[in-house]
Amino acid sequence: MASMTTWEIVCNLFEGFYQNGLIFILTLIMAIPLGLVITFGSMSNFTPIKILPKFQPIKWVSKTFVWIIRGTPLMLQLFVVMYAPGMLFDIPIKSRMTAVLIAFVINYAAYFSEIYRGGIESIAKGQYEAGQVLGMTKSQVFFKVILFQVIKRITPPMSNEIITLVKDTSLARIVGIAEIIMSAERFTKSGLIWPLFSTGIYFLLFNGILTLLFGYIEKKMSYYN
Amino acid sequence: MSVLKIENIHKRFGKTEVLKGVTFEMNKGEVVAILGSSGSGKTTLLRCINFLEKADAGKIYVEGVPVFDAQSKAKISAGQIRKNQLNFGLVFQSFNLFPQYNVLDNVMLAPKLMAKERKDYKANKSEILAEIKKDAIEMLTRVGLEEKLQNYPCELSGGQQQRVSIARALVLKPKVLFFDEPTSALDPELTGEILKVIKNLAMNKTTMIIVTHEIEFAKNVADRIIFMDDGVIAEDGTPEEVIDNPKNNRTRAFLNKFNELR
Ligand SMILES: Nc1ncnc2c1ncn2[C@@H]1O[C@H](COP(=O)(O)OP(=O)(O)O)[C@@H](O)[C@H]1O
Ligand SMILES: [Mg+2]
Repeated sequence: MASMTTWEIVCNLFEGFYQNGLIFILTLIMAIPLGLVITFGSMSNFTPIKILPKFQPIKWVSKTFVWIIRGTPLMLQLFVVMYAPGMLFDIPIKSRMTAVLIAFVINYAAYFSEIYRGGIESIAKGQYEAGQVLGMTKSQVFFKVILFQVIKRITPPMSNEIITLVKDTSLARIVGIAEIIMSAERFTKSGLIWPLFSTGIYFLLFNGILTLLFGYIEKKMSYYN
Repeated sequence: MSVLKIENIHKRFGKTEVLKGVTFEMNKGEVVAILGSSGSGKTTLLRCINFLEKADAGKIYVEGVPVFDAQSKAKISAGQIRKNQLNFGLVFQSFNLFPQYNVLDNVMLAPKLMAKERKDYKANKSEILAEIKKDAIEMLTRVGLEEKLQNYPCELSGGQQQRVSIARALVLKPKVLFFDEPTSALDPELTGEILKVIKNLAMNKTTMIIVTHEIEFAKNVADRIIFMDDGVIAEDGTPEEVIDNPKNNRTRAFLNKFNELR
C-alpha cells in the first residue's frame, strides 16, 4: 500500500468517491418522489391537494414519521436499518449498499417532504381560487399554476439539503461501504496523512458544481418575483 | 327571464351567521352595484355565488336552470361543476394573476386548457389556438394593455394588473361578471383607470355585479343598487331610490358617513 504512487492513490480515492456519488444520486432519485408522497400524507386535510383521502390517521402517521426521522441522527438510522432486521426478524440485510440506501432515502424523503410542505403552504389561496373561477380542474390548477411557483420557492432550501446530502454520504463508512473517507483512512493507517485531507477537495469540487447548477436554475426562474 | 336568481342564501362561519337569507334576481345586461359597510357579508355573498364557499342554505339559478341547491344531496359531476362555474367570472380585490405567466398567457391559460377538451382539438389545433390568441389580444386591447402582452405581472402597476385580471375573466365570456372591490387594493390615482374599464363594459351591456365603496361611480354606472347590512339586503332599487332617497336608516347612516369623508 505504501508503495502506491500519488496517481494511484488519487485514483483509489476516486473509486471511493464513486460510492459517494452513487449513494448521492440514487438517494436523490428515490427521495424526491417519496418526499412528495409523505407531503401529501401530512397535508391530507389540506383542501387544494386532496390526493390522499382526508383521514386523520394518515396525517398523524406522516407527522410522527417525520418527527422520528428528523429527530434522530442519520448515523443511528443507518445502524438500525443495517442490524435491526437481522436481530429482530432474523432476515439480515444482504447488501450493505441496500441498507445505506434505505436509510438515506427515508431520511432525506422526510426532510424533503417538509420543504415541499412549506413551499406548497406558502402559495396564496387566491392562486387556487383564481384557477377555480376560471374553470380549471383541481389538477390543472396544481400542475399549471401552483407547481412551478412551489418549485421556485423550494429551490434554495432544496439546494441546501442536497449539498448536505453530498457530505452525509461519507456516513456510509460506518456500515463498511468503502466510500472516499474510508478509502483514505487506509492510507492514514500506514502513515500517509495527505490522502485523508485531500478528500475535502473531492467534496468541494462536487459541491461547487452543484452550487453553480442551482445558481443557474435559480437565475432561470428569477424572471418574475 | 332573469339571468341570475339567488334564493334565500345562508352562510355561517362557526358561530357567526354571515349571510342571513339573501334573495335577488337580475336581468341580462343589468349592472348591479352592491354597497354596504365592511363585514356586512358582500364578499361572502360573491364567494357563495361563485362556488368558492358552499352556502348552508339557498338556491342559485342561471337563466332559470338551478346550478346550486344547498339541500340537494345529488352528487354533481366534476364536469358539471366546471360548467356551472363558467357561468360566472370573478375579479378579485387582489388580482390573483399567475406570476409565472406573462400577460397574454395569463389570459390564454384557461381557454387553452378548455380547448384541449374539444373533440376537434387535435384536428384543428393551430386554428383553435390562433383563435384563442386573437380573442385574448382583443380583450387586452379593450382594457388598454395591447402594449404589455409580453410583460409579467410583477412588471405592471396595480391598475394594469387589475385590468389583466378583468380581461382574463372576460375572455371566458361569463354570463355574469362579478367584481369584489376591484379598486380597493389600488392607489387612489389608479382607481380611475379601472372604473373607466368597468364603465365601458357597462355601456356594452355586460351583465355585472360590482361590490364597491365608490358611491359616485356606483350611481353613475349601475342600473340598480343593493345595500347590504348585517347579512341581509337592506335596500334594493335604482340609484335614485337607494342613494338619493334611502328608506332604510342604516343605508342613510352609511351614506352620511361617506359624505362626511368627502
Ligand atoms: N372564511 C371565514 N371564516 C370565518 N369568518 C369569516 C370568513 N370569511 C368571512 N368571515 C366573516 O364574515 C363577515 C363578513 O365578511 P365579508 O363577507 O368579507 O364582508 P364584506 O366583504 O362585506 O366586508 C366578517 O365578520 C368576517 O370576519
Ligand atoms: Mg369584502
